[in-house]
Amino acid sequence: MSRDSIALNRFGYGLRWRETMSGAPVRSAEAALVAEMDRFDPRPPAIAAREDTSARAGEILELIRRNRNMRGRAERSAPATMGPQGRTAAMAGDAMGGPLAELPPDIRRAYLDGGRILRRDIALKVNLAARSDTPFIERLVHFWSNHFSVSAGKPGTQHQVGNHEFSAIRPRVLGRFSDLLKAAVLHPAMLLYLDQFQSAGPNSRFQRRVERTGPERGLNENLAREVLELHTLGVGGGYGQADVTEFARALTGWTISGLGRIERFAERRAGGASFVRFAHEPGTLRIMGQSYAQAGPDQALAVLDDLAAHPATARHVATKLARHFAGDDPPESLVARLERDFLGTGGDLASLARTLIASPEVWVTERVKYRAPFEWLISVLRLTGLEGLDDKRIAGALRELGQLPWRAPSPAGYDDLAGSWAGPDALVRRVELAERVARSVPAGGVLARAHSAFPGALSANTRVWLSRAESGTQALGLLLVAPEMMRR
Amino acid sequence: MTGMGDTIANPINRRSMLAGSLVLGSATLALPRMVFARTAGSRNLLFMLLRGAADGLAMLAPVGDPGFAALRERTLPDYTAARRAQGFFAIHPALDQVGAAYERGEAVFVHAAATAYRERSHFDGQNLLETGGTQPYGLKDGWLNRLVTLAGEAHGAPPRALAIAPTMPLALRGSAPASSYAPSALPQASGDFMDRVARLYAGDGQLCALWAQAMETRAMAEGSDAGNLRDAKTAGELAASLMREEEGARIAMIELGGWDSHANQPVQFARSARQLDALLGAYRAAMGSAWDRTLVLVATEFGRTARFNGTNGTDHGTAGAAIAMGGAVAGRRVIADWPGLGERALHEGRDLAATTALESMLAGAAAEHFALDPKTAMARLFPGRIAAPLAGIVRG
Repeated sequence: MSRDSIALNRFGYGLRWRETMSGAPVRSAEAALVAEMDRFDPRPPAIAAREDTSARAGEILELIRRNRNMRGRAERSAPATMGPQGRTAAMAGDAMGGPLAELPPDIRRAYLDGGRILRRDIALKVNLAARSDTPFIERLVHFWSNHFSVSAGKPGTQHQVGNHEFSAIRPRVLGRFSDLLKAAVLHPAMLLYLDQFQSAGPNSRFQRRVERTGPERGLNENLAREVLELHTLGVGGGYGQADVTEFARALTGWTISGLGRIERFAERRAGGASFVRFAHEPGTLRIMGQSYAQAGPDQALAVLDDLAAHPATARHVATKLARHFAGDDPPESLVARLERDFLGTGGDLASLARTLIASPEVWVTERVKYRAPFEWLISVLRLTGLEGLDDKRIAGALRELGQLPWRAPSPAGYDDLAGSWAGPDALVRRVELAERVARSVPAGGVLARAHSAFPGALSANTRVWLSRAESGTQALGLLLVAPEMMRR
Repeated sequence: MTGMGDTIANPINRRSMLAGSLVLGSATLALPRMVFARTAGSRNLLFMLLRGAADGLAMLAPVGDPGFAALRERTLPDYTAARRAQGFFAIHPALDQVGAAYERGEAVFVHAAATAYRERSHFDGQNLLETGGTQPYGLKDGWLNRLVTLAGEAHGAPPRALAIAPTMPLALRGSAPASSYAPSALPQASGDFMDRVARLYAGDGQLCALWAQAMETRAMAEGSDAGNLRDAKTAGELAASLMREEEGARIAMIELGGWDSHANQPVQFARSARQLDALLGAYRAAMGSAWDRTLVLVATEFGRTARFNGTNGTDHGTAGAAIAMGGAVAGRRVIADWPGLGERALHEGRDLAATTALESMLAGAAAEHFALDPKTAMARLFPGRIAAPLAGIVRG
């Protein structure tokens, strides 16, 4: 690939057709990428206009709790009428996969509303990337969103996962890693997804009270473990079970807003989270050899700051970034360079982006990455200029392609390896979709478009088959699935 | 579609849903009510464009021309039991329903026909066939759109026009009002597109292997053409449903790809011809009594080489064949000033020579169908073409 083609396709999401012939000043591929960093709009109008859904998560959890209580009373008073089916319906709600028709109408409405909001946020994310004139930075947003993966599988998360990317991650992708980490981890979407919202310190006043009156709550280690394993130090990053437990204790008190019974004790925090002081584990905690004596919410923040600066974190982040831009098995030289940069600048993500642009390993001419489905679809939308798809169609296409945003199968996010995406059926799906997309847009000047999309990097083979197509539409369809489109 | 449980339980639903969900509109067709003058108001014209250059010599084979056996001996067995047409022609057996219509007197073939275009680019050839000019890209609007205007001038109101396609094809673009509509189940990934992808990937180790694996699985899972034939039939029925009623479209256009047979032509042509045949057969059946007032014109951008190439296919050629079909057609005829297939008769030593202007067939048939002056129609629809419009395709 030429340098221009690398800048377009490996750093960005490919050519945006119709916008390339503008009189933009000619400059080097590197300078154009650096310039994106100044031009990036963290809060474009589409996001600014997005309806605020931050209260919905708490509302739906309250609905479910009230429903469960009512059901419990009904079961106690008339156990014969409430068989396993009734319980199944209630559980189905938790799993998000069950028959909605069996849910009480208000909960059913709330779920449908959540689905609508989620689809709209997916479309918003897709359209932002498809229309962006800073596609390199959009790719970084997507990268970090996947690094701090949240999944819309639990009640309340559907309203929050889009918000997580738009308000916690997006504004910080060129900031400091520690700020990004704190915002992403202590966002309601993450607190819900990894069960933190209901974790309480074993020695907290809250715990002592519920032990007398209600069901056992106690400590939940899920978020603490995933932060150490996935978001900061990485597997083998040198932490032990004691660190997990102690960190989980430090995180206690961090929860979401709108939970009825504790809402009056909740202190609002930046980003939509709340802190409930009496659920926080008191005392000094010791994590990764460091002591943390801070009171309340500052304890978790201090731990996160230290984790962000840890050498294992630098290594972990450098490896993932290098893999994303320079290939599934990233060159050690690049990993080391990014790692040095991270440690030297205290996790300055803008500096890391500049280092990526300046690294020869990212400019190798072979196509080093198989495009993941999301990347491929964005490139297709950009190259065809296809716009105006409604929310359902966008979500439907991504589901078909196998990479619906905010639906990764685990907190590790979607895989970033060719082996996960380069499958026979997945390829056929792209081909089927490509033909249909090509039929729905004007298909003029396909060869010229192909040359612009892959400047100096269009293979003779692809050129031949495009020129032999029996119509412009067919040529465009073939371009969308050409080897050049499958790898970057 | 998202978050609320998976609606895609089986692969068939998955495919049809994908077809409908992403690019093809789900909106219903909103056609304003209009009053037509009687003559134009009762007549239907469906224009079918076969993209990719359908081989006229396969469609209507001149089996009695000694040159045909010399050039294409290997295909002769295909026509042993085929329906015969006027002169020494045989109708390709895949065109079963077209052949039956021919025998009922509802179809005419025009052979050795070509537009003004004599080069070999699909893109330019289609541009010329659709705009109706004499040079590619010389006109910006389409002849079918100008026909709408012309019929409107003659009868007081423009006939309602419709492209059964997700985007407006060039032939229907222009100043006259025209709508476009694409159904959800149409079109499936075509066999031709899949074949081309296979060739595109042939030199790419990873994609080639993935593709081969996928095709193997598919072959085990389903019959090869069933899906496409079902789609073609659906398309025909849909076109009829949009045209047969009084308030429906009077002029419509459908495109059918898959005709660019550079390799393995006997199989590829038969596959595409079966689709065309299924579409036309379903359209005829679904039109009911409106079929009597209907004309279908089937044309392609150019022909193919007379000789087979080294991969059992043919390359881009010059003259081809066209079909006029419908209850309004004075059928059971082949219109051709047959140039012969001898070495010296071939255009540039390789193609069937063009002796009839395709435009004269389109303009002549359209003029008769809509009661327009044929010369005016020729001049307006195909400016710069001086050939006389063909007469007598439509029953008087």
